[in-house]
Amino acid sequence: MTGDVASNVRERIDALYRSDSRRVLATLIRLLGGFDAAEEAMHDAFTAALDSWPSEGVPENPRAWLISTGRFKAIDRLRRGARFDAALARAAEHLEAIASPPSDFDDDLEDDRLRLIFTCCHPALSADARIALTLREVCGLETEQIARAFLIPATTLAQRIVRAKGKIRDAHIPYQVPSRAELPGRLDVVLHVLYLVFNEGYSATSGDNVVRHDLSAEAIRLGRLLVELLPEPEAIGLLALMLLHDARRPARTSAEGELILLDEQDRSLWNREQIQQGLALVDQALASRRFGPYTLQAAIAALHAQAATAAATDWRQIVGLYDVLLRLENSPVVELNRAAAIAMHEGPETGLALVDAILARGELADYYLAHSARADLCRRLGRTQEAIAAYQRALALTTQAPERRFIERRLAELGAHLV
Amino acid sequence: MKYLCLIYDEESKRGTMPKEQMDAMMGEYGAFTEGIRKSGKYVAGEALQPTQTATTIRVRQGKISTTDGPFAETKEQLGGFYLINATDLNEAIQLASRIPSARTGSIEVRPIRVFDGQ
Repeated sequence: MTGDVASNVRERIDALYRSDSRRVLATLIRLLGGFDAAEEAMHDAFTAALDSWPSEGVPENPRAWLISTGRFKAIDRLRRGARFDAALARAAEHLEAIASPPSDFDDDLEDDRLRLIFTCCHPALSADARIALTLREVCGLETEQIARAFLIPATTLAQRIVRAKGKIRDAHIPYQVPSRAELPGRLDVVLHVLYLVFNEGYSATSGDNVVRHDLSAEAIRLGRLLVELLPEPEAIGLLALMLLHDARRPARTSAEGELILLDEQDRSLWNREQIQQGLALVDQALASRRFGPYTLQAAIAALHAQAATAAATDWRQIVGLYDVLLRLENSPVVELNRAAAIAMHEGPETGLALVDAILARGELADYYLAHSARADLCRRLGRTQEAIAAYQRALALTTQAPERRFIERRLAELGAHLV
Repeated sequence: MKYLCLIYDEESKRGTMPKEQMDAMMGEYGAFTEGIRKSGKYVAGEALQPTQTATTIRVRQGKISTTDGPFAETKEQLGGFYLINATDLNEAIQLASRIPSARTGSIEVRPIRVFDGQ
């Protein structure tokens, strides 16, 4: 046995860890009935592979080998404890009885990955815990990595994960894919987790931007996995939405880190390949005729992605899509976006009347984007004093540095004297 | 696995509820209780007298102190409970969502803790 072969095997195991450790974990959780035992068993299995594969060769089905080794290691652990505890001996027997590897191996494995996703995104867990648990268990990110991305102390995040696992165990949250009847509601929760993770990375304006951008990539990866396992229209729609937004990333900020709005972006910087993927997915989701808000937002993003310039955008159709979206999701933020699209289509005056009507209702009175939308329309109408007042209101409402610099730039252009 | 479903609702609203509405509500509770008994998931269940009848007791340095009223003033008050048998939290959530007060108040679902060796 040469050192070359040994190092090749080690590389193979490293690659396998990256590609398959989450699948192995997902199955071990089912076989062993708990997250902690499964994590221990998975690490034992990879350690055993490092010990034996260099001399005995890589098994024909490495993933199956890792799962069954992990299961034996877990039973061994219980046996060792069982010398002192009769309850553990019973648990070990029970595990041997129920945890024999099934014959339809690969189907079960795919189901296990879905079980893991739905368990980590269970509605009985807090929203924060769902995100932390999904990134840790489904994506395999390290606790420190997640904590850095969300700008919270690693200990806080670790506690959040421990608490969530404790609730899964003690309240008996089952390791199951929801039934057909429950699926729509439960899928919404999963999609919302993905959406929040994506946005956290996409709108990253503070902290370590590189780490935070990884979150968007992770959300897209997770979206692809979900679509592969459960090709529901809204899962497809959300994946399309994320791909289309993310495709604009290279054009969204200048070399100096300044924010560039959609109508001023250099569209040649957009990621065409990702746009093509996004467009195909939008078509697929729309064709199902069972789509919802994510698909509609993706369809809007698709129209932007296809336009050569802001002026050449099909604003009429965008307004139509916002109308449908409003019927599904009556939110003032959607209304505001619709008003902005109408302004592009029918002129700033019509848009401003709508924005003012929304602002008059008060719900968005403290939402900086509502005031900057008003400011922008006033600016285009030549109503400089009103534009300045609205930008100043927006400035007072946002703490995000790139947004603040953007507004200050606009104010300077309008000749306002900054205090 | 046993779960305790604690029923929280606004007591003050119950006092001012018209008779027909009260009767309808009692009817719904009767139907729910009968259904869950038949399913074999029922362990126990009771309605409580209003919080004005509550007494809160503490023993400090061997001395009993009693105060008039519930442990904590809350917007919704504990008005009753069901102790149920469910396979897992999903089933407990399904059952709890059918308790009539879930539509007007809130149901807190708590797994019953089992101590080792029990």
